[in-house]
Amino acid sequence: MTDLLARYDFLQLRESLDHLAYNCPPDRLMALLQALRDEHGYDLLSDVTAIDHFEASPRYEVVYHLFSTEQHKWVRIATPCAGDEEPVCPSVVSLWPGANWHERETYDMFGIRFEGHPDLRRILMWDGYPWYPLRKEFPLAGHEVELPSAETTERTGAKVLPAPMMGGPFHAPQRGTMRKREPRADDESWTEIRHKRPDEAQAPKPRDFNT
Amino acid sequence: MSKHTDYNYDSKIEGEVIVSRADAVINWVRSHSVWPMPMGLACCAIELMATGGSRFDISRFGMEVMRFSPRQSDCMIVAGTVTYKMAEVVRRIYDQMAEPKWVVAMGACASTGGMYRSYAVLQGVDRIVPVDVYISGCPPRPEALLDGMMKLQEKIRGERSSGGLFQERKTRQLAYKSS
Repeated sequence: MTDLLARYDFLQLRESLDHLAYNCPPDRLMALLQALRDEHGYDLLSDVTAIDHFEASPRYEVVYHLFSTEQHKWVRIATPCAGDEEPVCPSVVSLWPGANWHERETYDMFGIRFEGHPDLRRILMWDGYPWYPLRKEFPLAGHEVELPSAETTERTGAKVLPAPMMGGPFHAPQRGTMRKREPRADDESWTEIRHKRPDEAQAPKPRDFNT
Repeated sequence: MSKHTDYNYDSKIEGEVIVSRADAVINWVRSHSVWPMPMGLACCAIELMATGGSRFDISRFGMEVMRFSPRQSDCMIVAGTVTYKMAEVVRRIYDQMAEPKWVVAMGACASTGGMYRSYAVLQGVDRIVPVDVYISGCPPRPEALLDGMMKLQEKIRGERSSGGLFQERKTRQLAYKSS
């Protein structure tokens, strides 16, 4: 509802397909989120994540999804991060303790440091991992690097290798029969799929029902 | 008279004694009491639990004794996705198991990394431990897991156990070297 826009003049409406979304500058973020939680009834913080715009500046935007359990309303708040090389953003763990792991994941995947977070360290990747995987310059399959444990490397000789992509990311086409809507690779040269040649796909073979 | 090679028994001759080969006896005992160590990491662990339940009943094979201690188990069933962070733990648990030990890779994630062609997921647990049986499925049905365990039993029955009784069992090689 636009009464939020009227009450907080620093908010801007954000383009959204599903529900209300606002852009908020980072210095007003904590006050806004606290007001949303206490006065407007958005008691559930559903997600904390980020967007990497890569070529634009500011590069990273942190996105919060809030839900009001009494009024059944969603709102999305997006805020740009200060700093393109080493982005920072205030932490909302003091408002919602459940944001702890969400912010750790955002730090792990994008490198955004949350000021005020009690225990900011990686959650999916290990502590010495040199990259931030969801940044746009990181390849889908990953980089090659040593396993985090020297003991395992010594016993097995295994390494972290780029995952075998088998022809590229798999996309599911939106239209067609179920068989056509299965996820397909961009490059199918390694498969045994035989597509019908144009002259074959023309007329069905005539069937003889008399014998 | 009898077609068995494992034992030949005629009660009029032997009386109450059965004569057999050492391998046959040892393998019979080992294959019928495989105590699994459930390395249940993700969704496949739920199907593993279902197999332990009454409808599918892994206890028919003597495998209901799911020891969570590697020191007391025979077979490590890797049920679920192994991330690179968890790989150290899986390998260490495998090292702590006593010989003879076997490994079953249950499900797509343990066999090859499954649907996670990703920077965070180990592409198959056979990169760090030697695997005996691969079970495909996402998750495999309990019947598929039981079929896999039966294949493991057949494999155990074919081993040359008596030769290795008083020697150290040779360390098995990994499926492939990463480098």
